[in-house]
Amino acid sequence: MSNQPIIVSASPHVHSDRTSKKLMYDVVIALIPAFLVSLYVFGVGALIVTSVAIISCLLFEYLIQRYLLKTAVTINDGSALITGILLAFNLPSNLPIWMIIVGSLVAVGVAKLSFGGLGFNIFNPALVGRVFLLVSFPVQMTMWPTAVENSTKIADAVTGATPLGIIKEGLMFGETMTDLSSKIPSNMDMLLGITGGSLGEMSAIALLIGGLYLIIRKVISWHIPVAMLGTIAVMTGIFWLVNPEHYANPLIHILSGGAILGAFFMATDLVTSPVTKKGMVIFAIGIGVITVVIRLFGAYPEGVSFAIIIMNAFVPLINSYFKPRRFGAKIKSKIV
Amino acid sequence: MTDSVLYSVLLLASLGVIASVVLYIVSKKFYVYENPLIAEVEEILPAANCGGCGSPGCKSFADKLVNTEDISDLFCPVGGNDVMKLVAEKLGKTVAEKDPTVAVVRCQGSCEVRPKTTEYQGPRTCAISAMIYSGETDCQYGCLGDGDCVAVCQFDAMYMDEETGLPVVITDKCTSCGACVDACPRDIIEMRPKNKRDLKIYVGCLNEDKGGIAKKACSVACIGCSKCEDVCPKDAITMFNNLAYIDPVLCTLCRKCVPVCPTNSIIETNFPPRKEKPVVKKVESKVAVNVESVKPKTDA
Amino acid sequence: MLKTFPKGGIHPPENKLTSSKNIKRMPVPKVVYVPISQHIGIPSEIVVNVKDKVEIGQVIAKSGGFVSSNIHSPVAGTVTKLDKIIDTSGYKKQCIVIRTDVKNESNFEEIEYPLKKEIELQPKEILQRINDFGIVGLGGATFPSHVKLNVKEGVKLDCLVINGVECEPYLTADHRLMLEKGEEILVGIKILMHALHIDKAIIGIENNKKDAIEIFKNLTSTEKGIQVAALQVKYPQGGEKQLVRALLKREVPKNGLPLDVGVIVHNVGTIFAIYQAIQHNKPLIERVVTVTGKKVENASNFWVKIGTPISDLITEVGGLPEGTRKIVNGGPMMGKAIKNTDVPVTKGTSGILVISEDEASRGEPKNCIRCGECVSVCPMGLEPHLLMNLTEKGFYEKASNEDIMTCIECGSCSYVCPSHRPLLDYIRFGKNIVKKLETAKN
Repeated sequence: MSNQPIIVSASPHVHSDRTSKKLMYDVVIALIPAFLVSLYVFGVGALIVTSVAIISCLLFEYLIQRYLLKTAVTINDGSALITGILLAFNLPSNLPIWMIIVGSLVAVGVAKLSFGGLGFNIFNPALVGRVFLLVSFPVQMTMWPTAVENSTKIADAVTGATPLGIIKEGLMFGETMTDLSSKIPSNMDMLLGITGGSLGEMSAIALLIGGLYLIIRKVISWHIPVAMLGTIAVMTGIFWLVNPEHYANPLIHILSGGAILGAFFMATDLVTSPVTKKGMVIFAIGIGVITVVIRLFGAYPEGVSFAIIIMNAFVPLINSYFKPRRFGAKIKSKIV
Repeated sequence: MTDSVLYSVLLLASLGVIASVVLYIVSKKFYVYENPLIAEVEEILPAANCGGCGSPGCKSFADKLVNTEDISDLFCPVGGNDVMKLVAEKLGKTVAEKDPTVAVVRCQGSCEVRPKTTEYQGPRTCAISAMIYSGETDCQYGCLGDGDCVAVCQFDAMYMDEETGLPVVITDKCTSCGACVDACPRDIIEMRPKNKRDLKIYVGCLNEDKGGIAKKACSVACIGCSKCEDVCPKDAITMFNNLAYIDPVLCTLCRKCVPVCPTNSIIETNFPPRKEKPVVKKVESKVAVNVESVKPKTDA
Repeated sequence: MLKTFPKGGIHPPENKLTSSKNIKRMPVPKVVYVPISQHIGIPSEIVVNVKDKVEIGQVIAKSGGFVSSNIHSPVAGTVTKLDKIIDTSGYKKQCIVIRTDVKNESNFEEIEYPLKKEIELQPKEILQRINDFGIVGLGGATFPSHVKLNVKEGVKLDCLVINGVECEPYLTADHRLMLEKGEEILVGIKILMHALHIDKAIIGIENNKKDAIEIFKNLTSTEKGIQVAALQVKYPQGGEKQLVRALLKREVPKNGLPLDVGVIVHNVGTIFAIYQAIQHNKPLIERVVTVTGKKVENASNFWVKIGTPISDLITEVGGLPEGTRKIVNGGPMMGKAIKNTDVPVTKGTSGILVISEDEASRGEPKNCIRCGECVSVCPMGLEPHLLMNLTEKGFYEKASNEDIMTCIECGSCSYVCPSHRPLLDYIRFGKNIVKKLETAKN
C-alpha cells in the first residue's frame, strides 16, 4: 500500500470522462470548418479579427480575475476562448481592431464576469458583445466586405450589405422579390458561404458540419437547432406563401444571416439555455418567432442575436415551469 | 411643442394623484394595529437577528417579550443582563439574571497530536463529512475541522487556526448566541460561564473510547483515568463513558485537576502562568490552548 | 428491442472482471466481527454474553422490532468480546466478536446441499422462517425481507419480480450465483410464489449476462407463470422502481412501494438465501462477495461468512495492489468507501472494490454550467443541480417541494457532471435534513 492515506468519499466512486473543459474544446473544434471558410472568403481580415477577439477575451478574463476579482484564474477552461471565437464570428472582417477589443471587454467583463463568471451569466457573452457593438457602431457593424474578391485585400475592401440587408432595403424601396433575386447570391453560394456577412455566419455547410459534430459528441442536443430553424422555416414559409413578392422564401431566411450559427452555436450555449428538453424546445421556438418578427417587421435586417438575448432572459422562467416529469407522478408537471 | 410638454406634465401629475389616493385608501383599509411597545422593545434589543433567544429574529422576540406574562425564562444572550434589565424596566416585568456564557471548543486534536489516517474527499462542510464517516482521524468524537461553526458565526467571533486545524473562539466577540453549538455535528462546542476575567477550566476532549484506543487516535485525548475526579475537592468532575466532565457550576477554578491529567486534556484559559514544572511541558504541547488564551488579549 | 426503463440512466464501463470466476469458498476466519446493525431498521439486541460458546447458526442477536432482523452466529466458537468497531457506516458500532473454535469440525464441513424441490412448509410457516432466519435483501439495501413479504389483507398482489440485473459495474456476485445455483433459485422463486399465493413471477436479467439468461430460459421452459426477460444494459436498472417499470410498464407512485402496483421485488441472492432457509434450515450466515479491482491479482467471487474482516478477503486475492487509494464496500456507483480493512463483511456486502490512485480521486468541483446532463440522466425525473443548489443554500422546504425525497441515490448525476460537482453528496445531506424536519413536524 502506498504511503498516502486511503481516500474516503461518498458514492459514486467512478466518474465519466466528460469534463466541462472537454465540452468547451469540442465546441472549438466544431467551429474550425466555419473558420477555414471565412479565412478563404475574407482572407487575412478574418484571421486578424479572430485572433484579436480571442486574445483580448483571454486577456480581459485573466486581468479581471487576477487583479479585480482576485479569484482563481480560469482562462484555460476554454469558455473565454469560445466567447472570443464566437464574438469574432459575429463581426465583419474589416472591423477596426479597437472596436473588437471593446466588444471583448463587454463580452467577458460585463456579460460574464460581472454576473459571477462561467455558469452564472444570464446572457450569452459573445452575443452581448456583438449587440453592444451593433448598437454603438451601427455603420461599421453593418458594412460587410463582399466575398472572395476581398480575400487578399485588407484596407480598401469593397463593402456591401448581406443578402438580408439587400432584401430589407429593397423591399423598403418598393421592389419585389423577383426584382431582388438577381441582387442576392444564389442559394448554392449561401450554402457554401460565398456571400457577404459576418465572419463566421456565412457558410451554412461548414456550420452544419460543426453542428453535427457537436450533436454526435453529445455536447448539444438536437432540440434547440431543429426547433429554432423549424420555427423560422414554418413562419417565413407561411408569409412567403401568402405573398411571395413581398417576403423572401424560407430557404433564404435559413441560409442567410446568423440563423445557422445561432441555432447550433449561440442558442445552444449550455449556460444560457434551459436544462430540460421541453424547455429547450420552447426556448428555441421563442427565438425563431422573435427572429422572424425582427427580420420581417423590425428595423434591423437581422434579428437572431437579439432574439437569443431576449430568450436568454426567459431561461430561468422556462426552467422553473418546464420540469422533467417526476417518476411516479400521476399528474403531468404543470405546463402553462 | 408646448402642447406635448403640457400633456406630459398633466398626465404625470394625474397619475401621481391617482396613485396617492389609492395608496391612502389601501393604507387606511389594511392598517394593522401593533402594540407600540413592541417597536420600543425591539429598539432596545441588539438587532443581531441571530436567533440565539429561540425566536427567529429580534422583532418576534420583542413581540414575545411584550405579549408573555412571565418573561423570566426568556433571555437575549447577545444583549445579556444589561439589555434584559432595560427590557424589564420598559415592560415592568422581572427578568432572571444569567451569568454570561461563552463558547468553548472541547477538542484539542490538532494535526500534530491527532494524525490523519484517511483523506476525505467531498464538500468541505462538517455536516456532510460527518454523514459519510467518522472523519479523517481515528477519533470519531473530535473536531472535523471543516469549520461549519465558523461559517455560521455572525459575529466573526470564530476562526479556523490554520496550524492546528481547529476552530478558535475569540471570547471578547462571542455573544453566546449558540449558533455554533447547533452547527457542530459532534457537539464539541459548549456554552460555559465566562467567570471573572474569563477564567475557564474544562475538559478539551469528548472521546468516549477506552483509554488505549483514545490515546492511540489522539495523544491529548481524555483516557478516562479518573485522576482528576479523585483530586477534585468539590466533586465537580464526573466520569461517564471513559470521559471526564467538569461541571461549571460546582467548579471553583482551583486548578488542581489540570496538572494531574496524564494527557493534558484539561484546558485552563487566562490563568496566570504557574511556576511548577508540568506547566512548562503543557505549554509546549497545547498549541490550541495557547492560541486561545493569547488571542483575546491581542485582539482586544 | 429489449426492455428497459424510459427516463434517464447511464452506461458506465462495465468492468465485470470476475464474471467467469467460480464462487470459491473463503477459508473460515479465525475471528469474526458481527455487527448488530446489518440491516435497515432497528439494530438487533445481543442475546449472548462474553465467554458464551455458540454453535453455527445460533441466534446471537434478536430482532429489535418489526423492521429488524435476527442475527446468527456464522461460526462455532466462543464470544470473546462485545466491542465497538468501525463498520461500513464509517462509525464505531456495537458488534459481537467470536473466536472460531478450530477444533469444532462443523466449522470446516463443506456441505453441498442436494437440490430439494418439494415444498413442505405452509405459507405462514415460510414467512415466519424468513423472519426467524434473518433474511434481508442481499442486493445491497439490506431491507428485512419479512417486512417486504408482509402483505396486508386486501392488498392486490399479482407478480413477483426477481432482480437478477446487477447493474453495478464490477460486481458479479449475483451473476455467478445465477449460473451456479440456477435450479435452487428457481425453487426459491416457487417457495415465494407459494407463500404469497401468486402464480406469476418474472426474472429480469440484463443482456450482458447472456449465459444466465440462457440458463433460466432453459429452466423455466417447462414452468408456467415464471418468465425470464432480457433487459437492455443500463444503470440503475437494478433499482426496484426502475426494474418494475422496465419489466411490467408499471410505475410505482411517488413515495410509494412496488406493492402499490401489485409487485414484490426480490434479489436473486435473497431468493437463494430463502431457498436455503426453507429447504435446508440454514440461516443467513454467509453470502457471495465479489472481490475485484483493476489491479487486483486474483479477483474472484467468494462465499464469505458474515463478519469476516475485509482484510482477510484482500489477503485471499493477493493483497492490496501497489497504489491503492480507495476501498469500497459494494459497487462503484452506490458502495461506501471504507475507512480501514478491519471493517467486517455484513449481510449487505455484495462486493469489495479496490480502486487505485488514478481513479480514486474526485475531480475538483467547478461552477455548474447548467448543461442539464444531470437532469437528463436522473431516472427519477429530478433536477439534481437545482436540488444541490437548494440544499447548499439551506432552502430545505423548497428542496422538499422539488421531490428531493424521491431520490434513489443512484449517483448517475454525480457520475455525468462535467464540472465534477458533488451533487449526490448535497442531495443526500438535504434528504437527511428534510427527513428530520418532517419527523419534527409530525
